[in-house]
Amino acid sequence: MNEKKQEAKIVTDWFDHPRNLRRLRLGFYIVLGLLVVPDFFMHKHTLFYRVESWPGFYALFGFVSCVAIIVISKLLGYLLKRKEDYYD
Amino acid sequence: MIDTLHPALLFILGAGLLWLLPLAGRRALILLVPAAAFVVITQLEPGSAWHYRMFGFDLALLRVDKLSKAFGYVFTINAFACFLFALHLKTRHEHSAALAYIGASLGAVFAGDLISLYLFWEVMAVTSTFLVLARNTERANGAAFRYVMVHIFGGLCLLAGILLQVQASGSVAFDGFDLRSLPTYLILLGFLVNAAAPPFSAWLSDAYPEATVTGGVIMTAYTTKTAVYTLIRGFAGWEILMVVGCVMAIYGIIYAILENDMRRILAYSIINQVGFMVCGIGIGTAMAISGVVAHAFCHIIYKALLWMSAGSVLYMTGKSKCTDLGGLYKTMPLTMIFGTIGALAISSFPGLSGYTSKPMIIEAGVHEGLYWVWLVLEIASAGVFLHAGIKFPYFVFFAKDNGLRPGEPPRHMLAAMALLAFFCLFLGVYPQPLYAVLPFEVDFHAYTFEHTLNQFQLLMFSALAFFLLLPLLKRTETISIDSDWFYRRGGRLFYGLADKALNGLNSWGDQLFIKRIPGLLARFFEEPGSNVQKHGLRLLAEAAGDESELRQQEERIEHRSRQGAYPVGTWVLLAVVFLTALAVLVIP
Repeated sequence: MNEKKQEAKIVTDWFDHPRNLRRLRLGFYIVLGLLVVPDFFMHKHTLFYRVESWPGFYALFGFVSCVAIIVISKLLGYLLKRKEDYYD
Repeated sequence: MIDTLHPALLFILGAGLLWLLPLAGRRALILLVPAAAFVVITQLEPGSAWHYRMFGFDLALLRVDKLSKAFGYVFTINAFACFLFALHLKTRHEHSAALAYIGASLGAVFAGDLISLYLFWEVMAVTSTFLVLARNTERANGAAFRYVMVHIFGGLCLLAGILLQVQASGSVAFDGFDLRSLPTYLILLGFLVNAAAPPFSAWLSDAYPEATVTGGVIMTAYTTKTAVYTLIRGFAGWEILMVVGCVMAIYGIIYAILENDMRRILAYSIINQVGFMVCGIGIGTAMAISGVVAHAFCHIIYKALLWMSAGSVLYMTGKSKCTDLGGLYKTMPLTMIFGTIGALAISSFPGLSGYTSKPMIIEAGVHEGLYWVWLVLEIASAGVFLHAGIKFPYFVFFAKDNGLRPGEPPRHMLAAMALLAFFCLFLGVYPQPLYAVLPFEVDFHAYTFEHTLNQFQLLMFSALAFFLLLPLLKRTETISIDSDWFYRRGGRLFYGLADKALNGLNSWGDQLFIKRIPGLLARFFEEPGSNVQKHGLRLLAEAAGDESELRQQEERIEHRSRQGAYPVGTWVLLAVVFLTALAVLVIP
């Protein structure tokens, strides 16, 4: 399967430079901020509860959901994870 | 003529013809078959054809309506891309199994009755097993064995349900089931095993990642999506499916986050995505069903794309664990771009295909006022971005550079990925052709400003959570216990118990009947006359309470025995008595 394994030339190593990563992170935070701004100026519809119309509701929802999923997974990991040769 | 040609027939004939052709002919054949089948499906007229009689029933192999055609389209489109991806294979058996497998799944989709469905269902299970066996490693063989056993179990549930259903209703019709009783529950269970609903889901994450590079790509589309199709046909609106779907959606995410193997991450994300579909089937309204078909359509395409990019990485590096990969964007930029398009599509990023299909299911739930369904599916939507949207591309193509410097995969693989990436983008910005083939009229507009903004917020802040909690997501060289534990460990336990119990019984029997009893008898019959006399004497002496002369008399008897002074006839008589007793006891 690996007969075609070959050393290839590096096309870019843009992510290796800390300066680029800093810029990327800054850009990411700016985008996050910009995504919440329009919420303050527009009328939002709600599906079930009024809380959904709060500015940044979906931002908070996404963030909190993911933190919860990661933490729960991590805790379950202590219970479920085994060494790779567990079944061998 | 072409309006009643069966598309599955092309694949099944192709699977046979493949064995007669030289390499170039085979390569043309595997691309021509799906293309021709696609054209055939576009020409199919609504109605049913290919009637035949079996077990006294009138059966139909070809039922054409919008639902079966929609699945037929995406099955053939995906088959074309998958065979383009697998064009480099020189062996016949893998392509042949794949053609038969896809043909059987098309057969199941177009089957007009339960018996035809069951026959194709079983052919799918058997042919797909060869795509795992083709990897030809010990692990793959074990996984293939477990895979086929689970599908035999599911198939038997389905068969039992079908037989009871036919017995109860006198009909082999495969339409929506109303009656909620044992036969329909058994059929539902059979379908859910193939849909990979927990706790019957472990076959998927066990077998798919052990399949060959190309076999894994092909398998992702058909078994689970055929099950989705049959669930739509038979069980639309069964509320229990909403619960099953929500469980699948969350279960898939949690296991995908724990996983280290990139193809196993993608396998768990299939369960998560099928969860959305199963939930939509449970909602069961026209919009929900159309949403499910649309989502199955988009899912097949972006999931094959994701498996192709993972397959390319495996093909070029021979590695599939996140802990061994990383930094591949440097030398595999095209694979990285295509994989990321698939990852964004599965996360229903605006502009890509998942965004124009998945929200239909969620909105259908909202229309029905199902608050908890909305809540779970929104959480799952955020979670998808976490595990398939970011985790897969991040750990494979970026993260820590492990020093691997593979080149891009062969051109035909890149072309297959480019084709599917194009579909992801096309259906993301212009979904109207997709909406046109759905079973029910759709009035759904994905791109309202508010909805798009909400989705961007949801996804980008999920990404924020991912990067902030990156230390918690560090990969470890582990596997996670899934429900296959019960038959992997349970099987070994059962084997151990059976070994102890049955072999113990065996060796006890051997000791008693082969060694001890014959030994005793042999010693007794060395001197049968004196032995009988001695025992008789001992009994008499004990009964009389006088053992004073016993020793002397025994010595006399032994002396006589040594001299051979017993009449021969005595022990011949005893032997005959013994043999008679044996004959009476042993031969009843």
